[in-house]
Amino acid sequence: MVDECALTFETGRDKRLLVLPAWFDEANKLRRTTVEVMHRLDLSGIDSFLPDLPGCNESLQPLETQTLASWRTAAKVAADHFQATHILAVRAGALLDPGTLPGWRYAPSGGRQVLRAMIRARTIAAKEAGREETTASLQERGRAEGIELAGWNLGSALFADIEQAAPPNDTPLADITQADIGGGALWLRAEPDEDPEQADALAAIVAIGMNAQ
Amino acid sequence: MSAEAAPKAEAPAGLAPSRTAIDDQLRAILCDVLGLDRERVEDFDNDTGLFGHLPELDSMAVAGLLTEMEDRLDIIIEDDDVDGEMLETYGGLLAFAEAKVVES
Repeated sequence: MVDECALTFETGRDKRLLVLPAWFDEANKLRRTTVEVMHRLDLSGIDSFLPDLPGCNESLQPLETQTLASWRTAAKVAADHFQATHILAVRAGALLDPGTLPGWRYAPSGGRQVLRAMIRARTIAAKEAGREETTASLQERGRAEGIELAGWNLGSALFADIEQAAPPNDTPLADITQADIGGGALWLRAEPDEDPEQADALAAIVAIGMNAQ
Repeated sequence: MSAEAAPKAEAPAGLAPSRTAIDDQLRAILCDVLGLDRERVEDFDNDTGLFGHLPELDSMAVAGLLTEMEDRLDIIIEDDDVDGEMLETYGGLLAFAEAKVVES
């Protein structure tokens, strides 16, 4: 196991939240809101931890060699390492739910949805550049040899894993929908944006839940 | 997972969703994608330029827009459906969405 970086609000408190972040482009668009939620939780007496997924952000590992299993292992190892008592999974982060801790998943999404938008971005960009790439041919290539989508080099194993992955039905995590939070979904925003009210709402749900226990 | 108060493009059983419902849905999605107030997007008319006119609407943003249209309007958008004409103006995108909803 190689060490990974994590952004932490850590003062040794009893209530300890592991955040499983959104993936790829959505990770960028939701990073600020995610950290803003952690900052609010810190003020509510909760430690929180946002690890880099292997192959992403500051990770020294190559993304191409990751698999869904290696990411799930990383999530479990992070939960143990930080002695997490709760989990907040964001979007596709729900696919890494270890199933052993209580908590929440915010607008969970399946792997198919993750790939659909990234593949479509590539076909649109290709069309603009006068090249023809089809969804079917990109999917085939992804499964066979891996593929670069929106700047991320996905290996064939991770691509095939993600295509099949859906958030588990049987989970100790409670769902938080965008309607619960209010406002427009920030992962859809063409330019990364922030919304303090959304961070307030998400942090309030988590803080009330954790402090009630 | 739709935005708050976004009207669903649903109609009484047996009837296709009204054009108004599709128009409302499409404007709600554009609010989310472009980060604009509802009032600004209400001012969009058929000739309002989208892809190629709004610099923030790059291929990733358009991909997100189309994917969200699939989910909220319950349609499937094929590769061949996506062309400059349908993405160029609000009217083009609305006409496309209406045709897809009728087809599905």
